[in-house]
Amino acid sequence: MAAGVEALVPRMREICGPGHVVTDPLELRTYECDGLTSHRSVPALAVLPGTASEVASVVAACAAAGVPFVARGSGTGLSGGALPREDGVLIVMSRMRSIVEIDPVSRRAIVEPGATNLSVSKAAAPFGLFYAPDPSSQVVCSVGGNVAENSGGAHCLKHGFTVHHVTALQIVTPSGQLTWLGDGTGVCSGYDLLGAFTGSEGTLGIVTKIVVKLMPLPEVVHLLLVAYDTTSHGGQAVSDIIGAGILPGAIEMMDALAIEAAEEAVHCNYPAGAGAVLLVELDGPAAEVEAEMSTVRSLCEAAGATEIRTADDPAERAGIWAGRKSAFAAVGRISPAYIVQDGVVPRTSLGAVLAQIASLSAESGIRVANVFHAGDGNLHPLVLYDDAVPGQAEAAEKVSGAILDACLEQGGSITGEHGVGVDKSRYMPKMFNSADLDTMQLVRCAFDPASLCNPGKIFPTPRLCGEVPGHHRAPHPAVAAGQAEIF
Amino acid sequence: MDTERSVVPAARDALVAACPVVRKGVPASDAVAGLVPSFVAFPASTDEASALLRVAAAHDLSVVPRGAGTGLGWGLPPVSCDLVIDLQAMDQVIEHAAGDLVARVQAGATMGNLASVLSLAGQQLAVDAPADATVGGVVATGTAGPRRFRYGAPRDLLIGITVVRADGVVAHSGGKVVKNVAGYDLGKLFAGSQGTLGLITEVTFRLHPLPAAAAWVTGDFDPNVPSALAGAASAVASAAGSALVPSAVELLWTGSPAVLRVGVLLEGTPSGVAERAKQMAELLAGAGATVVATSETPFRWWQPEPGAPGTVVRVTFWVRQLAEVLGALATAGVSTGIRPAVSGAAGAGVLYAWLDPGVADEIAARFVRALRDRLSGVFAGSADGTGLSRGGMAVLAAPTALLAAAGAGQPVPGLDLMRAVKDQFDPGHRMCPGRFPWGR
Repeated sequence: MAAGVEALVPRMREICGPGHVVTDPLELRTYECDGLTSHRSVPALAVLPGTASEVASVVAACAAAGVPFVARGSGTGLSGGALPREDGVLIVMSRMRSIVEIDPVSRRAIVEPGATNLSVSKAAAPFGLFYAPDPSSQVVCSVGGNVAENSGGAHCLKHGFTVHHVTALQIVTPSGQLTWLGDGTGVCSGYDLLGAFTGSEGTLGIVTKIVVKLMPLPEVVHLLLVAYDTTSHGGQAVSDIIGAGILPGAIEMMDALAIEAAEEAVHCNYPAGAGAVLLVELDGPAAEVEAEMSTVRSLCEAAGATEIRTADDPAERAGIWAGRKSAFAAVGRISPAYIVQDGVVPRTSLGAVLAQIASLSAESGIRVANVFHAGDGNLHPLVLYDDAVPGQAEAAEKVSGAILDACLEQGGSITGEHGVGVDKSRYMPKMFNSADLDTMQLVRCAFDPASLCNPGKIFPTPRLCGEVPGHHRAPHPAVAAGQAEIF
Repeated sequence: MDTERSVVPAARDALVAACPVVRKGVPASDAVAGLVPSFVAFPASTDEASALLRVAAAHDLSVVPRGAGTGLGWGLPPVSCDLVIDLQAMDQVIEHAAGDLVARVQAGATMGNLASVLSLAGQQLAVDAPADATVGGVVATGTAGPRRFRYGAPRDLLIGITVVRADGVVAHSGGKVVKNVAGYDLGKLFAGSQGTLGLITEVTFRLHPLPAAAAWVTGDFDPNVPSALAGAASAVASAAGSALVPSAVELLWTGSPAVLRVGVLLEGTPSGVAERAKQMAELLAGAGATVVATSETPFRWWQPEPGAPGTVVRVTFWVRQLAEVLGALATAGVSTGIRPAVSGAAGAGVLYAWLDPGVADEIAARFVRALRDRLSGVFAGSADGTGLSRGGMAVLAAPTALLAAAGAGQPVPGLDLMRAVKDQFDPGHRMCPGRFPWGR
């Protein structure tokens, strides 16, 4: 154990209680990676604080000792955002998982960061409310992790991302101060630090309480499963639906290989031999959804649907969604190893980029299964390879990178919801120039000048945070009089 | 005040070299809260804007960005204004990718022009703001009207931004896809920053389809009945929490004429809207509204009017406390003998109290103090020991004398971090110095 961290152990035991400080090397290994298993690093020390003030004390102790620290929720992240530091402390939030309050009249919930995404909706359901962001891992992933990654999910096309649903955060700053960002109303006074913090991948502080918006459960939900011969037919249907001014709750597509994998894994009974399946979910007031449903149905038919199924009750819908939500894990049935990619293109470029992926696959002999959020152009190509075959892992990595290049050529993004983490920091300079990255890191310097909070993530090259020159203007009269803060 | 400040004469030549269109500021059209800038520059591109800010940095000039000027009177007056950078020459809708529901726009384009371009494809930027305001101004001030209930504020629709820093460096964040988590979101930071962090030159928005139909359902409550405030508050909460998916849940409460009205906007398909409007009318009647009406014509009463004279106070709250907030407004009014017009997106937890410009500054200041006292009681009552204040109050616009007389504001959460952000982005404090009225 690094000497600096070793010296912290007694203090950590004092703060969290001896049972909540992990020093055993074997036990520490369980934290060596998150959902991205290709990056591994055993933390020098792991602590499991039980309260916000314990987190603050832990961080303050790390800050005073100059020891880096990383927060971890459920460890389901797919970009290595919670990858520990060998010379640092891993702060595990799993003990802080309570739903503190549901306010059904204000449509707000206050939750602890370790609470699972789904547990918020479960707690809100008796009031006819739900929490909208629904990443596929929602059964296990934590809301604190969702805040760090600005998680999306299948339904963010209509309802927005985590950042649209978080109205206040209690955070521990990288120097160990507890503070709130926002007041839960959703309207900011001053800078929108709440918005800037959400999606900062754990680099600006640690969340200890979260106020989220709850939404009324939709009156009705209809799910259409539509089969096509090719993904381009399916893509046409998507364009036509959006072109008709309809914003479905979700529009998802899977190609033949992804369907095959899902079938193997969960026997979702998708139409046999389909080249693509499209899932279109419409939710909302019954009067609206009925009208939209018939339009969507005829647009899907016109685009060349070979089969259409509808599911209106929750059990039927869950059966159909199971195929989609299990897709990542399912490819494990048809390939010994795979890379989950996460790229975004303007929706109208989906066809072009899918064609590029097909030719990348053909050229390299590396199979690619495609699962994507078709409504917002967010692709999750699954790059399949056999790690027992020499050279295949490298070839797969190359294809995976080339897919991101293809996304960027179309004016897209290197990540739509999985984050940059350690995995994609090297791609950041392809999307942003050095001035952009430098400017983003001004925010980092404001929050974490010592660069101890989840260092080494997002940015390929850290920025040195110099001393900021002091004010040199006469104070505003209202400030001089102690009446106002000014910038 | 900064009256003795003399601008280095060399700055003029450098500014002209940076941007061909630079002129002397004139009191009639260029004064910002009484401060007449030495120069007004009209950049035609982000590059020219960058060159201007480099000159401003080299010559230590204070800078105030300006769009159409509709919101310049909001916030505290700046303490210094050497250079106004006017964005109106950058007025192009650069790209409207209709199939992607995305538009890239120069900051000086007006909301009205953008709306007409987008409407050709049956699309819209779902923000309620004056048609003559610029998109840059709307983003910088965070202007949002009734439909913030469904679509959020400009920050929620902004997917990419280009800014020029105080030191002249040009930076981008986001992009032109709706779903994107690469890097920090500088757009969130700049939205609502009122020009204090840098200059916004280009923005990319997520768009929405124009609805095929819209209906406005209103429920009137009798303002003379003591229980009406609570009734209207509960109607707002029911409408906002209903599965009928309103786009706006507004409240209007004025003294003369005496009106207490809940207004709900429904958007969608013609048949869907007709049915939902019927159900919403029943909901409002069930909540105690005495007169319920449905109309296809938009009501105008919610329109925010940045730059309008008088005092505007914004109160934000959790909807559960709406009745108490209305009570605080009533009490503060009674104790000072004035009656503000109150309106706003009550279902989203926002109300504005508008004081008539005829109200004397000291009376208005007394009202502001009284309201703050009442509200701090309301919000403190909801405190849960974690330090979370469930609401806030800000004086958005007011005569300077009133601001001075109204006294210290409420603490803003995260203030130390905000200061640190400002120091990083604008270490010389030259961008709209003095603009932010913390906690008022």
